[in-house]
Amino acid sequence: MAKPYSKLLTAQIRSQTQYRFSFGIDLFFSTVLTSLDLVTVWVLFSVNGSLGGFGGREVLLMVGIAALSFPLADLAVGNVERLRVFVRTGLFDAVLLRPLSPLVQLVTMDFAPRRAGRVVQGTVIYVVALLNAPVQWSPVVWGLVLVAPIAGAVFFGAVFVFFATVAFWWIDVGEISNAFTYGGKDVSAYPMTVFGGWFRRFFAYGMGFAFVAYLPALAMLGRPDPLGVPDWVRWCSPLTALLVAVLAGLFWRTGVRHYRSTGS
Amino acid sequence: MIIQTSLLRKDFTVRKKAGRFRRTRTTVSAVDGVTLSVAEGEMLGYIGPNGAGKSTTLKMLTGVLTPSGGTVSVCGLTPVPQRIQLARRIGVVFGQRSQLWWDLPLAESFTLLRHIYRVPAADHAMRLKYCRSLLDLDEFLDTPVRQLSLGQRMRGELTAALLHGPKVLFLDEPTIGLDVLSKQAVRGFLGEVAAHGDTTVVLTTHDLADIEKLCRRLVVIDHGRVVHDGTLEELHATYRSKRRIVADLDASWPEGLTLPGAVVESVEGQRVTLTLEGATAGEVVARLAQAVPLRDLSVQEPEIEDVVARLYGQARE
Amino acid sequence: MLSTSTVRVLAALAGAEFRRYATYRQATFAGAFTNTVFGFVRCYTLLSVAAVTGQMAGYDPAQLVTFVWVGQGLLAVVNYWGQQELPERVRTGQVVADLLRPVDLMATFVAADVGRAGHAMLTRFVVPVAVGLLAFDFYLPAHAWTYALFAVSVLLAVLVCTACRYLVALSAFWLLDVRGAQMVWLVASGAGSGLYFPITVLPDWLVLALWVGTPFPSLMQAPLDVLVERGGTGHGLLLVAGQVAWVLVLVALGRVVQARAVRRLVVQGG
Repeated sequence: MAKPYSKLLTAQIRSQTQYRFSFGIDLFFSTVLTSLDLVTVWVLFSVNGSLGGFGGREVLLMVGIAALSFPLADLAVGNVERLRVFVRTGLFDAVLLRPLSPLVQLVTMDFAPRRAGRVVQGTVIYVVALLNAPVQWSPVVWGLVLVAPIAGAVFFGAVFVFFATVAFWWIDVGEISNAFTYGGKDVSAYPMTVFGGWFRRFFAYGMGFAFVAYLPALAMLGRPDPLGVPDWVRWCSPLTALLVAVLAGLFWRTGVRHYRSTGS
Repeated sequence: MIIQTSLLRKDFTVRKKAGRFRRTRTTVSAVDGVTLSVAEGEMLGYIGPNGAGKSTTLKMLTGVLTPSGGTVSVCGLTPVPQRIQLARRIGVVFGQRSQLWWDLPLAESFTLLRHIYRVPAADHAMRLKYCRSLLDLDEFLDTPVRQLSLGQRMRGELTAALLHGPKVLFLDEPTIGLDVLSKQAVRGFLGEVAAHGDTTVVLTTHDLADIEKLCRRLVVIDHGRVVHDGTLEELHATYRSKRRIVADLDASWPEGLTLPGAVVESVEGQRVTLTLEGATAGEVVARLAQAVPLRDLSVQEPEIEDVVARLYGQARE
Repeated sequence: MLSTSTVRVLAALAGAEFRRYATYRQATFAGAFTNTVFGFVRCYTLLSVAAVTGQMAGYDPAQLVTFVWVGQGLLAVVNYWGQQELPERVRTGQVVADLLRPVDLMATFVAADVGRAGHAMLTRFVVPVAVGLLAFDFYLPAHAWTYALFAVSVLLAVLVCTACRYLVALSAFWLLDVRGAQMVWLVASGAGSGLYFPITVLPDWLVLALWVGTPFPSLMQAPLDVLVERGGTGHGLLLVAGQVAWVLVLVALGRVVQARAVRRLVVQGG
């Protein structure tokens, strides 16, 4: 089943690496640019040594989960953002005319291997965080340690798809998706205690960004949520990720049906 | 019937600015109740002025657009819900949009398509060989698509659309922007495909020469409705297109001379143009020869452009 | 130096660019929305840092709130990312036509960007700042003249940013691929200007080096420090003087580079 997709992917990588010089530059700088986010967290930390009632090693664990799951999602489906270009130019017609899933085609068509650099970077941070944080190791926690970044990646992937789909209705509001993808990544990397008011209720629990890193990290650390979420909820990230992915998938299908090709 | 539509409709809502901040919504039917059936192996010309709904119809037949009303079936499938199954059975060439991979050599695009459509290697090789010889692909098979000329690219697109052996081939403006030689190559190839008889072809075009050379059946739409469905001859008969006789004389045309069954359209020096009205060409020529000394003579068939232009005009009124 | 007719042409250019941006309503809304969301994220995190000791790098919480929200508003006015039109025109060689026009290329580039910044000031700046004002307690300047100084400082920041982007775009004359230069610019301007965090949290020697040796703090840190009256009016005036110096340096540099580029075109024929 997967063969056509893998062929598409390799063809894409081959045609990109034709421009080897640019590819190297992209790989290098996209890694540096994401380090800037980490430098930011580190700089903020170095000022007072704690954030929202959590110590450095604990926050680093949250940062680590977010720093691994976001680039995983970005690598896998970040390209779906280009949907608006495909809709604007009518190129989406060609996508619909091939006997493959439009979503998978869109994602493979401009696959950007340069994003792999950030996955490596995220993995390193996560491992360092796990080695330093006071994790309450047990078989279940081991399972969560492995599953949490994947669930986070599924979650972010669904967010990417969900907000890209909006382009089927409004093409030029694309930047809104940044608020939820990149903005969501920033939100997830901090303890939810940092935020306040309706903003926390909406982003952390309404949209579910607390499930990416904060709640799994609490479960790994064996700490209850100071905000009063029941303890069992801390283990629910995989379920939430699946739920959000299903919602995004349904929305995507509605969007494809609504597609109104540019009349030529 | 390999293609069957009944009262097919597509509405678009259009927002218009009305004043500085208000906007009004109006519904426009791009396709307004098209009923059409195409038999297997037929080659159908689908024409109409800009914005008549040609492309919209084609997009509904291929599963790109969801119809707003009516029914449609292609190869026994309903296009939108069964789009992926349908995609294996049809080939599509949209003149303005490429199906090929911009940065890859043509040959690699073809290999990729073999995997995407899961075509057995032997079938693929056979069809590719056929296209290569008929379309002279060999000289640019290893060139990246972005470096191909429009004519070369179109030959590549046609091949790409046929490699999986589709039952129906949809062509949207396949000759647009091509030079004379490339147009001939494309037409010749399509004629060859049609002669085989196992591929149904639906062709939209602005170039009526495409239709005259290739299609026996012609569907004309305007404002989303079918205004003619039949052969070219029937089109001429319906709209009483007139044949002309152009005669070069050895003397000047006698002032006031009339011939029964023909009307004098113009006189330029010793050349006279007559339009046939009710009489046959033979009868008129015989009367003409009796009346004036003839040097040379030709009978002109009506121009399809004229007929179609008149047809569009009528449909608008 | 500038004739009145040239000034009129440049003003018309700025006006045209203003009106062009006014037609991108969906994009303007989307951008303002995104800046607002990031405003919340940054504001809460900085406040949380300051919560431990009641201040952060010399800013009290109210000053931090102003710093973050006005910074989010300025992000679209002082446009770090800019457009890809000019580098693209350099790459394809179309820039030859621009350089041969009677109006100077750098002047048209700057004029157009000022028009764009004007539109951003009325839309992209207002929305996040208004939302921030509703949701948080702002530090409001103690002196009325601070507002005027802030306005001047914003204009200078726009000019510094435009001049820098112009230099980056012109590097396409010599570099094979301009993206490398753009990335260096993005990383350096992002980290060194106060966009990600107030640069004052960095070690003193580094802060000094950034102020004196680079134009980056002039982009964001300077107008924001002026507005929160960090170090009083005297310090604010010093910052604005520094911005003026950087505008002069960058414009001079732009002239030299542009002259070289033209010479290169004339000699090599593109």
